[in-house]
Amino acid sequence: MSNQRKIPAPIPHPETQAYWDAAQQQKLLVRRCRACGEAHHYPREICPFCWSNDTEWIEAKGEAEIYSFSTMRVGPAPYTLAYVTLAEGPRMMTNIVDCDPDKLSIGQKVKVVFRPCDDGKLAPMFTP
Amino acid sequence: MSVRDKAYIVGVYEHPTRKADNLSVAQLHAQVAKGAIEDAGLSPSDIDGYFCAGDAPGLGNMSMGEYLGLKLRHVDSTETGGSAPIVHVHHAAQAIAMGKCNVALVTLAGRPRAAGAALMLKPPDPDAPELQFERLYGPATQNGYAMCARRHMYEFGTTSEQLAWIKVAASHHAQHNPNAMLRNVVTVEDVVNSPMVSDPLHRLDCCVVSDGGGAVIVARPEIAAKLNRPKIKIRGMGEALKHGMGGKVDLTYSAARMSGPAAFAEAGVTQADIKYVSLYDSFTITVLFQIEDLGFCKKGEGGRFVSDGNLISGVGKLPFNTDGGGLCNNHPANRGGMTKIIEAVRQLRGEAHPAVQVKNCDIALANGIGGSLGARHIAGTLIMERV
Ligand SMILES: [Zn+2]
Repeated sequence: MSNQRKIPAPIPHPETQAYWDAAQQQKLLVRRCRACGEAHHYPREICPFCWSNDTEWIEAKGEAEIYSFSTMRVGPAPYTLAYVTLAEGPRMMTNIVDCDPDKLSIGQKVKVVFRPCDDGKLAPMFTP
Repeated sequence: MSVRDKAYIVGVYEHPTRKADNLSVAQLHAQVAKGAIEDAGLSPSDIDGYFCAGDAPGLGNMSMGEYLGLKLRHVDSTETGGSAPIVHVHHAAQAIAMGKCNVALVTLAGRPRAAGAALMLKPPDPDAPELQFERLYGPATQNGYAMCARRHMYEFGTTSEQLAWIKVAASHHAQHNPNAMLRNVVTVEDVVNSPMVSDPLHRLDCCVVSDGGGAVIVARPEIAAKLNRPKIKIRGMGEALKHGMGGKVDLTYSAARMSGPAAFAEAGVTQADIKYVSLYDSFTITVLFQIEDLGFCKKGEGGRFVSDGNLISGVGKLPFNTDGGGLCNNHPANRGGMTKIIEAVRQLRGEAHPAVQVKNCDIALANGIGGSLGARHIAGTLIMERV
């Protein structure tokens, strides 16, 4: 299913450049704190849980479960916004793509795929 | 230190327009300021504190303070989205309690309906840290709230029909408001059969887009005592932030879960003492969350609580948004907090429409949720008493 809506290209910050560089290699990164052991999303230099700046990138497995979702029925084309729970722990906002939106359900297993934004750069999305 | 008994709401005004084709944003702010100061029976020169948020044009307090010719010794432009006026009343009461001002003006106004698509062209702030991880996925307002509704349905068995009762109650109230955008009484069937916007939310689960605004005047007790108006005292207030919690996202509750207990504790009252509630109704689901989070029923039981007309004045146990709320009456500047305060004050004064006036309405609550329920938002809870 092609996505006809506009997908504005993300504007990386210095602290998140590695995340978007990895996405071009079809890898999903998660930021983890060495001090408290917690992974978080969206990624920050300073851990939002303990404020340590001893944080590192880890490569996510790309496995997740749908936490919630909604399909927009107004606008140029329907699309499905979702929060998914990554195997690594954090929940992230994403789109569920290449699916029948009416057959999605909370708890459903999804896996990461990379789809182009309007500038051609890849961004992580999920599919059943 | 507490704001309890330290400040009074002495003036309110809601702009009658819902489409401001020939009014500027500055003009709307000025007209509501004028309306509220006249309602209070005070003079513009009495105002020494001014509170406004991102809907005020230009440089906010500076641009509008100049336009209005104000002489100010206290300013506050705290931006919490639609809950800002409630947060501003809180901060005004704090400033008055600290002797930093005597008479505070709070304004909110805008013209998103007249501006239409032009408003959408405003570029988002590229420095916002969340932007690059959200915008590309298309988080329009509706689908963020819809994800909350879907999760609530999943965890607690809430239904679209139950959510529809919230709109039904608002429409029962709006029929008596000549300024309301939508005055037709609707049924549960009308709501669930209206077009799906972002599932599970239908068109009639969403608030109106309207122009206009409102203003509130907050004053110290000695000033309120001299005015020939019913005395509306601030009893207690709370504010709180909720966000994505570094990825520990939980879409089953709002920041009102934190702001509510703070307000009740300061006010020294319980849910049973509240005769009327103004709840931010950007969507039906927003109301359901607030009812649960403010403790009017247990978490997960909101669907049953709002059913069968329980929110309709004269019918149910918890009359809400008797002006028709954002769902039917007015949602000026895409921000619902101001009209929540105004209708609560009308109820406490006994100045609501007779068909929806709550009998012996001595204590009321107004709650706002600014930002997005499905992401970061700030709640403000205000408890007021007629004395
Ligand atoms: Zn940490």
